[in-house]
Amino acid sequence: MAEIKVDVRGQTCPVPLVEVRKAVRKASPGDIIEVVGTHPASKKEIPMAVEALKLELLNVEGADTDWKIRIRR
Amino acid sequence: MAERTTIVVQSGDMDKLYSALIIANGSLAMGMEVWLFFTFWGLERLKKGGLEKGPLSKMHLLGLGKWMVKRRMKKAGAVDLQKLVADFKDLGGKIIACEMTMDIMGIKRGDLREDLIDEYGAVGTYIQQARDSAITLFI
Repeated sequence: MAEIKVDVRGQTCPVPLVEVRKAVRKASPGDIIEVVGTHPASKKEIPMAVEALKLELLNVEGADTDWKIRIRR
Repeated sequence: MAERTTIVVQSGDMDKLYSALIIANGSLAMGMEVWLFFTFWGLERLKKGGLEKGPLSKMHLLGLGKWMVKRRMKKAGAVDLQKLVADFKDLGGKIIACEMTMDIMGIKRGDLREDLIDEYGAVGTYIQQARDSAITLFI
């Protein structure tokens, strides 16, 4: 099982969501996607996208302006 | 079948094209299909080299307002329209060019970014997409 890293620190709307989607498309079922970012709205919205895409949200940690989200495809 | 967003891009204004593409890319990112119908002034933006040429819808000030807004967007880390369109296509977004607009404005297929356009169509194509869409917008 692979772990895919996505670094969207310094990026703003809609790039964090788009880059997560790109990573999900590349990932195989069971792969972990780890996203780091600094855009506050994306910390809330990436979990929304995870739900919409029926993926598994493993954890969300850090401050609104410096966060890490882990997703399992 | 995935839920769908359908947007009529009627305006050629820079800020409105940003709105359309950001909503489009957000929809794709959240697992939806997206169709963008470029019509009237919007179609001007699909001309070769036309993407970034739109004025601001307000406070354009002969280009000064646009220059200021673009500078502020860059400072805020906002991406440019080229990147938004590239991401849109990368995530499977579809673009339809309005044929009547092409006739009215004398635009030939060769004048347009044919690499971005999936279909050439009219209102019937839009209705067939929009009637099954969860989100439809006119921008």
